[in-house]
Amino acid sequence: MKLNVGAVVKGKTSLNYHTGSWRSEKPVIKMDECKRCGTCAFVCPDSAISPQPEEGQKKPMYVIDYRYCKGCGICAYECPADAIEVVPEEK
Amino acid sequence: MSAIKNAKVIEGSEAVALAVAACRPDVISAYPISPQTHIVENLARMVSDGELKCEFVRVESEFSAASVLAGASAAGSRSYTASSSQGLLLMTEVLYASVGQRLPFVITGVNRSISSPISIQIDQRDTMSLRDSGVIQFYAESSQEAYDLHIAAFKIAEDPGILLPVMVCMDGWVLTHSYEPVGLIDEARVRSFLPPFRPVDFLTPEDPKTWGSYAEADIQMEINYSVHDAMLRAKSRMKDILSELSEISGRNNNGLIEAYRCQDAEIILVALGSVCGTIKEAIDELRERGKKVGLVKIRCYRPFPYEDIMEAIKGAKFVGVMEANFSMGSEGAISLDLKAKVCNRPNMPLVLDFIAGLGGREVNKQTVAQIVERIETSFTQGQPLQEPAWVNLNSEIVP
Amino acid sequence: MENVQTYQQDELFASGHRGCPGCGLALAVRHILKATGPDVVVVTPTGCLETISSPYGYSAWGVPWIHHLFENGPAVASGVVAALRAQGRDHTRVIAIGGDGSTFDIGFGSLSGMLERGDDVLYLCTDNASYGNTGGQRSGATPLRAATTTHPAGACSLGKTEPKKDLPTIIAGHGVRYLATASIGYLRDLQKKVKRAMEFSGPRYIQIDQPCTSVWGFPPNMTMEIARLGVNSGLVPLFEMEDGRVIKVQKIKKRIPVTDYLKPQKRFRHLFAAECQAEIERLQAIADENIEKYGLMGNEGAEDDQ
Repeated sequence: MKLNVGAVVKGKTSLNYHTGSWRSEKPVIKMDECKRCGTCAFVCPDSAISPQPEEGQKKPMYVIDYRYCKGCGICAYECPADAIEVVPEEK
Repeated sequence: MSAIKNAKVIEGSEAVALAVAACRPDVISAYPISPQTHIVENLARMVSDGELKCEFVRVESEFSAASVLAGASAAGSRSYTASSSQGLLLMTEVLYASVGQRLPFVITGVNRSISSPISIQIDQRDTMSLRDSGVIQFYAESSQEAYDLHIAAFKIAEDPGILLPVMVCMDGWVLTHSYEPVGLIDEARVRSFLPPFRPVDFLTPEDPKTWGSYAEADIQMEINYSVHDAMLRAKSRMKDILSELSEISGRNNNGLIEAYRCQDAEIILVALGSVCGTIKEAIDELRERGKKVGLVKIRCYRPFPYEDIMEAIKGAKFVGVMEANFSMGSEGAISLDLKAKVCNRPNMPLVLDFIAGLGGREVNKQTVAQIVERIETSFTQGQPLQEPAWVNLNSEIVP
Repeated sequence: MENVQTYQQDELFASGHRGCPGCGLALAVRHILKATGPDVVVVTPTGCLETISSPYGYSAWGVPWIHHLFENGPAVASGVVAALRAQGRDHTRVIAIGGDGSTFDIGFGSLSGMLERGDDVLYLCTDNASYGNTGGQRSGATPLRAATTTHPAGACSLGKTEPKKDLPTIIAGHGVRYLATASIGYLRDLQKKVKRAMEFSGPRYIQIDQPCTSVWGFPPNMTMEIARLGVNSGLVPLFEMEDGRVIKVQKIKKRIPVTDYLKPQKRFRHLFAAECQAEIERLQAIADENIEKYGLMGNEGAEDDQ
């Protein structure tokens, strides 16, 4: 594919690069302990956690997009309910 | 020479300012340095008097002067500044980066010698130092030509197939501060010649794009090549634009070079800038004495119009490049450019390099005659000049 | 995964950027853009941010963005503002986000010029107190006695000999209408400050303390914790100035000694040798002075959310 004149790039094309491959350990949300406060999504440097509405639930559940999660563990550290566990990445 | 229509006797700087103003840039940045300052001062006066509506940004350095243009151009605006000597060197980094990002704008490069020693006299070392950058460069022989070239420059820079900064170079003092008759083009005609700047890519939230990516080894060479390629392909488009302008102005601005009395010339001088006026007069006198001398004046220096130059010089025996610049430890820049092209081609004249006029050292008709004589004798005496000759160098005082 | 895509549609700094795991800068930028919204042009000088966000073909930017050079972020921003105004597009605001290397050092002249001209640019300095992109060399923003790769601790050195350049004071001297210091330990506060800044026109400045796991040397999950420790020690005072006067500070509810902040960071580890106690005391004195100068103690106005 031809390069763009001036090397100008379309926005948000970084979504095509899956930084999840960088992980050596990964956070896992313990759904029964999760208070659905949204802190994890708020503090993720990679925007890898997002709210998803769940049927029958007032608050959304939070889902980690492992394609991008780098396993930094900030979400686990900051979770006020201690509901995120960091486990080794299986390869 | 025919009389110039609608001519006003004005200072060269004012002529440039009038040309720029007629092109209605959105953004002008200004930082003072002799001898370009009159240009930006003229524009400032026009803005203050309400004659020119634009964003006039008074910056704190030339680095910022050029940077303002880069930002403005990326945001889709026509923009302009002028600089000289140290200021041009300071903005070097910005010019390279803007070339890579294909951000068009126009800069006047008012030629002046480079520090150290600091000197406000003229030579072309400043703009020549930018010849590798990818900035398109024109050199004006007269204030009239400077006026006309600035108008062409905006159209060339903004052409969708070109999209590069264009620098119109003109000698300081001699052109910027002298008063000559300059024919002006009606603003309405300038506007019909020069459409508004409408880049395909520009900074807008409606279609967010990214300028200034970093490149790995798999693409850097190709992006660099694409600049070179664009410059090569620009040559014919530039000629079209110059012809179009000639139609409007009624003056002959045609071509990337001007061949003056070259048809039967045995010796052809190659030069650029205001010295060409002196050389043409010297050639007329030499012709009267029976010498077959001509001049190739380089109007557009980058991209280097070697095809046109070679066509003009092919019948001559010797070419003498007269230049006021030098690549220390090697040769003059124009000589290097020309020799690179002729050396592998058959039946081309020998090229000799003459360094004349550095730091404002006077170059007059006698100097030209001297150079022509030097070319003649160096061959009749069987001692062809291999090294660049520094004309009128006082070697006794060289430390 | 449809809702993830929708979520990403709102994110103006997309996933897939090359920031280190735990990158404080990425966190800052996400929240700056949440506060500004999409009608902005962002200018960034050379540094971590452009490197992580713009390898060719993989741009993280959901807003129009330009990286030009290292020392001219503010001047490029001035040019963009001028163009938008000339084109009648000035509902689109211009913000510049630069690191401390550019802001405090090489781009300082450009910044001063932009401020002095009164250009309508919000300049945010994401301050990781080093040239982070190139491995952590010393900058004018590096604090006293921090070890960096160009001023490491060693047999004849205890790291940086000069205190951190007080850039907010210098910026205030330019007469900007809004100036604030913020921290990635307090993201809602950061957003509030950005939103407040956007209510003004003319040049505005926000300096964001941004701990850096790679350069400062702490585990990546502690990025926000280190930020909070810095604030609560007094070494990182958070305040807001409008029209030249401090109008609000973030009070410290529970003050900590500087050692609590310094100890978890590799760049200060050398100070914990017995003979360096005096150096720690010098840092404590800086913290004490900040607390005094800005009136940081007390309960009122303390923010302890994220």
